Formats: sequence, structure tokens, C-alpha cells
Amino acid sequence: MTTIDPTDSLPAEDRPYHETVEKGHHWRTGDDEFDGGKFGMWLFLATEVLLFAGLFCGYAIMRMKYPEAFANGSHYLDWRWGGLNTLVLLYSSYTIAAAIRHTQLGNKAAARINLIITWFCALAFLVVKLFLEYIPKWGEGKRPGVLFDYAYAQDPMEPMWWSLYYVATGIHASHVIIGMGLIGWLIVRNEMNRYGPKNYLAVENVGLYWHIVDLIWIFLFPLLYLIH
Amino acid sequence: MTTVDTHAGPADHGGGHHGSYLASRGSLWADIRNWATTVDHKKIGVMYLFAVLFMFFLGGVMALALRLELLEPVRTITTPDGGAEVTGQRLGPLFGAEGAPANNIYNRAMTLHGAIMVFMFIVPGIPASMGNFFMPIMIGAKDVAFPRLNLASWYIYVAGSLFALASALVGGVDTGWTFYTPYSTMTDADHWRLVAMILGVFIMGFSSILTGLNFVVTVHKLRAPGMGWFDMPLFVWAIYATAIIQVLATPVIGITTLLLIFERLFNYGLFDPRMGGDPVLFQHFFWFYSHPVVYIMILPAMGVISETITCHARKKIFGYRAVAFSSLGIAAVSFLVWAHHMFTSQGELTAAIFSFLTFLVAVPTAIKVFNWIATLYKGSIVFNTPMLYTMGFLFLFTIGGLTGLPLATLSTDMHLHDSYYVVAHFHYVMFGGTVIVLLAALHHWWPKMFGKMYWEPGAQMGFWLVFLGFNVTFFIQFIMGAHGMPRRYASYPDEYQWMHVISTVGSWMLLAGFLAHLFTLVYSLMAGRPASANPWGGLTLEWHTDSPPDEHNFASEPIVKHGPYDYDSVVPPHTEPDEFPLPDEPYRH
Repeated sequence: MTTIDPTDSLPAEDRPYHETVEKGHHWRTGDDEFDGGKFGMWLFLATEVLLFAGLFCGYAIMRMKYPEAFANGSHYLDWRWGGLNTLVLLYSSYTIAAAIRHTQLGNKAAARINLIITWFCALAFLVVKLFLEYIPKWGEGKRPGVLFDYAYAQDPMEPMWWSLYYVATGIHASHVIIGMGLIGWLIVRNEMNRYGPKNYLAVENVGLYWHIVDLIWIFLFPLLYLIH
Repeated sequence: MTTVDTHAGPADHGGGHHGSYLASRGSLWADIRNWATTVDHKKIGVMYLFAVLFMFFLGGVMALALRLELLEPVRTITTPDGGAEVTGQRLGPLFGAEGAPANNIYNRAMTLHGAIMVFMFIVPGIPASMGNFFMPIMIGAKDVAFPRLNLASWYIYVAGSLFALASALVGGVDTGWTFYTPYSTMTDADHWRLVAMILGVFIMGFSSILTGLNFVVTVHKLRAPGMGWFDMPLFVWAIYATAIIQVLATPVIGITTLLLIFERLFNYGLFDPRMGGDPVLFQHFFWFYSHPVVYIMILPAMGVISETITCHARKKIFGYRAVAFSSLGIAAVSFLVWAHHMFTSQGELTAAIFSFLTFLVAVPTAIKVFNWIATLYKGSIVFNTPMLYTMGFLFLFTIGGLTGLPLATLSTDMHLHDSYYVVAHFHYVMFGGTVIVLLAALHHWWPKMFGKMYWEPGAQMGFWLVFLGFNVTFFIQFIMGAHGMPRRYASYPDEYQWMHVISTVGSWMLLAGFLAHLFTLVYSLMAGRPASANPWGGLTLEWHTDSPPDEHNFASEPIVKHGPYDYDSVVPPHTEPDEFPLPDEPYRH
């Protein structure tokens, strides 16, 4: 059962910053609101999984139809860049989890450092993706669909592989960009003393979102880079 | 005097009366600002109601235009001086495009009709308007779980609609609301028209997901003390089941529309057979959303019927748990039957499996219908407008359901596929399900929403016009389709003309019926008799607060002590409806 926190009844300005609980008037207790917020986030993450499920489904069907093209496709990608990005995302998953823990413990400065590291990891991921993968490959003619212009293709269906590569990693990258926006928002609000041991729902929810961005990459990486 | 307990605990924030949620803030500007930035689920529900009714109006105008075009086939007649004259082409001038081929214009209007009605009217229709307004009240909550997200959903819905309508303003698309590839990637409609329309659908999908997510959390977390899962009104069960489908199915249309936009803009080939893609894959993706969405359309309507039928028959619903579980059952089965839209484009074994699964949905549906009929048995039925519409729903939905059987059966579907039979079938289900039930809900809850009684004789006349007009319009289409009239053609052989004429005349009767309702409802807002708190004598929680409700729904947090339909134990015999709400006890012990 939920408990009612006595500090809830203090006027906001009398509470220490980390115990400021912004409770909507329609919730019975702050705990209820916290549970509701997390539940809502998990449901949203379920929709994210289903969104990517469509892409994975398309990948599976096209791989079944054109196994040769897909086997060739993964040879064109350098697993080291994908592996580097995997490490970057895994590390950032750790740092955002640490940021949540530090917020819970009331260590604002440590939370700040971890959030900033997470943000720069996201940036690093995008830099690797854009400058070391997208741009060189596009320049070589390894493009999706009708734009495909690579003279040494070994299978007529390789444009399809590149289509799925760009669409899947592109939609994933757009999630990374949204995540950078959310983490930036957390950094700003952390400086504004909005988070604390009793008010870390937003940090935790963005953390959950960031974990799923990481998780989806963990599926994309072997499917696109490793399986021949 | 209320039938709910006053609860003065730590959970009772503020309390006390703040006046009706409709109360003005003083100046018009203050009112507009207040409504545009409100986080009150009731106001958002009303805003949704007006938005979807406006969309219904637009889609209805398109429908009337289509029927007008079909009044006579397009013929090219050789005139005495040897020239050629085209007759029967009525839509061209309407779109300011006299030169374009009749069928292109017709299909643009048809796409607009379909897309508006499906994505902008039926899907958000009952859950976003009535669900938003009544679901929190019916579970005794002050608001939905995430009020600001709720407002955001409304704005997202409006933004998505504007995208789709902007596409129409610059000429529209002629793909049909299903956007089937490869036609949708090759049609001569320019990229931006098509992309704007599809992007509109994508954006509205977000609105649908966020509303569904909000509702699921609300039902789980904000029920009043004492309200277990099986004390929830059946409308709440239906909204809950709908919300689950919204959350689980809509992301798939999200990725489908994104992939289609990429396909159209970059020709990357996933759905294009010329490049090794698979157009049937698009159909799978599309129907994996769009079949469950049929139940997003129909489940809330079934919830409304469960409310109106007990309330206006003054009888406990028969088989409460069966009706509640059948909502979840329908939601579950809805995910297994998408491929029955594609019997003509897949292997026989697959088709047979999906045919079987399709028949399965009849089980929970029949559970509902039989329970409703058992509820009516020996009830003291009041034939007011909501009850008439409830009966109309049972009649139309039965026809709609039974005519689905030949479409679910492989052999007969091969003949009926893409004929007017299909058109008639889904209009019986969608129109007979959603529009008829939205009208039932509107009249049932109108006194509560706006505090005014509607004008009963006018509303009943409206019912008969709508009900008869609907049957005149669509019943003949079953016959037309069985005789081979295909859908999506502006022109047709002369032998079908008499049937099209009947159908078109029916559409005018429908128009008259809607105008009658528009008149009675607007009239009631201006000059209607003030409604009591509980004009129908209902037992669900929304009847336990003022009409229109207080700003915070209830003066104090309600504690539920009886089931929502315990008419037999709660209501003493010979109680007039207006004598509700009853003195505090005797509740469930």
C-alpha cells in the first residue's frame, strides 16, 4: 500500500530542494503518481518495441527472399565501427543508470557529470554513424533503392539491403537525437534543482528510454554487421 | 444528499464546490485561453467531441458528393453533329477540375471520405470524446493520469488532421484510405500531397497511442477507493480494452506510414516489386494495424450499449463478467485476423487459417449480444432516443455481423471481394456501430455533459430519419455487390442505375436526420430544460455528481459501495428516475 509522505504537506518553499514533489491534484499520493508515471513509460516503450518490430519483420522477410544479397551486405560494413558504437551506447547506458542512482541519493553534482557523459556518448555515436559510416558509404554509391550506384555489387538485390540498412539505422539514429534532447533537458533541470531523492521520475523515465535505444542497437548491430 | 460517501482523508485535496466545469471565466478571451490550455479531461473530451463532429461533417459532405456522382453513370454520348458530350460527371466542377478524368476525381473524393471518416472521425470518435469525458468520472477519479499529455493528444490530433486536409486542399490523393502499394508510390498525385496525407495519419497515430496509454494508466491507478476491477462500469472495461489495442496496434501503422513515406520520397523499394520489394508486405503491415483498429472503432460502442441498455431498461446487466471479459477477448482476437483482408493475395492454407481465426471473433461478440438481449428480457424498457438508438444498433450490428460471414468464408469472398457488398458490410458495422452508437451516447449523456435536456420528439424524429435513411442507403448495396458492382468506380453499366438512385436518395434522408439532431441539440443548449443530476436513474458514478459536473468531478472523493448495475438491490420498487440519487445506504455489504 502507498504511504503518505509528511513533507508533502509542507509549503513548497519550506522543503529542501530534493524533496520537492510536484504532485498533480488528481493523484492521491506522490507514490501513486510515481508508479503511474513509470507504468505509462513502460507502455510507451512497448509501443517503441512494436514500431521497430515492423522493421525487424521487413528485415527477416527480405533476408529470407534474398539471402545472398544480405550475406554480401554485412561484408560491406566494418564491424569495428559498429562495435565501437555498441561500446559507446553500453557505456552511456551505464552512466545514465548512475545518474538515476546519484539523483536518488541526492548527489546533484555526480548526476550532472553522468548526464553530461551520457549526452556526449550520444553525440559520439552520431558522429561515428554519420562521418565514418553514412557519408563514406554514400559517396561510394552504396545507397538505398534507385539511388544505388556501386559498381562492384555482387548481387542484384543489394540495393534492398542498403535500403533496410539506412531505414533501420536512420530511424534508430532519430531516436538517439530525441534522446539527446531529453538528456539535455535533464541536465538543465538538474541545474534548476528540480530532481532529488523524492523526485527523480523524469530522470528514471528518460533513463528507461535511453536503455531501449541502446537495446534496439544491440539487436541492429549483429543483424546488420555480424551475421553473414 | 449523495449516494456516495463523503471521504475526508488526506487524499481529499481542497474539496468543496468550484462550480460547473462549463462556468465562464468572465471575458470571452479568458474563456478561449482557459479552454485552449485546459488540462481538465471534461473540457478536452468536449473539444474532441466538437473536433470529431466537424470531421464527421466534412466526411459526410464527401459522402453526399460521392452518392451524387453515382446518381447516374458517366456516359459519353455522340451528339447529332458528330461531337461527343459527357454526361453524369458531377464531381468535376465540385473540385474545380473539370478536365480531369471522372474516375480520378471520384477516387480523390472517395479517399478523402474514407481517410477522414476512419482516421479522424471513427477512431478517435467515442474513446477520445466520451471516453475522455466519462471514463475518469465513472471510476471516481478527478482526472486522467496525465492531464497535460491528454491536452497534447488533442493538439497532435488537430495537427495531424490539418496535414491530411492540407493535402486535400491542393488536390488530394486517389489511393483509397488504405494507401496500397505499388499504386500509392506510382500514382500521379505529386509527392507532397501524398506525403502530407500519410504524415497526417502518422501524426494522428501518436495522438491515438498517447490517449490509449493515458487511459490504461488511469484505469489501473486512479479508481476510487472500493472500486475493484469488477465494480467498473462496462463502458470503462470497453475503453480499457480499446486503449490496449490502441497502444499495441498503432505503432505498427506508425512504421508502415514511415516506410511508405520513404518509399514515395526515395524509391528505396521495400514495397516495390520492380526492385525486389513486396507489395503484399505492405498489406500485412497495414492490416496488422487496421484490422485491430476496427475493434478500436467498435469496442467503445459496445461499451456505450452496455450502459444505455441497462440504464434505460432499468435492469441489472446480464452476465457482467462475461461482457467485461468478452471486451478483452475481442481485443485479443483482433490481433490474429488481419490477413482476412487479403484472401485474394495469399496462399490457400494461410487464407484458410485466417478464415478460421476470423470466425473466432464471433464468439465474444455473440456473448455480448446475447447478454444484452437477456438484459432486455423483462426489463422496464423506456423507448427514449438513447434506447431507440441502442435497438437500432442491435439491428444494424446483427446485419453487419452476419453479412461478414460470406466475407470470412474463402469461396464466397472470392466472388464478393472489392464489390459493393463489402462497402455495404463495413458501413453496417462502422456506421451502424460507431455513428449510431455515438448518437446513442450523445443523447444518453447530453444532460450530464451540458446540463440541458434535449428535445425528445425532435430527437426521435431524427432517429427514424437516420435509421431508415441508413438502411435505404446501404441495404441495396448488398444486392448491388452480389450482382457484381465493383467499388471505387465512378461509372457503371446502366443496369445498376436504379439501385444507385435508391442509395443516393437514402443518403439525403440521412442528411435530413443529422440536421434534425443538429437542430434539437443546438436548441437544447439554448433553450433546453435544465437537467437534474440523474435524469435517467443510472447507478454508475457519473450520475452521482451535478449536471454538468463540478470542475473537479465530485464534491468529495467517492467511495464505491455497490456495483454499477445493482438496480435490483439498490433501487426500491416503483422509484421514478428523477427520484435518484437515492439516500446513502443500502449498498453492497
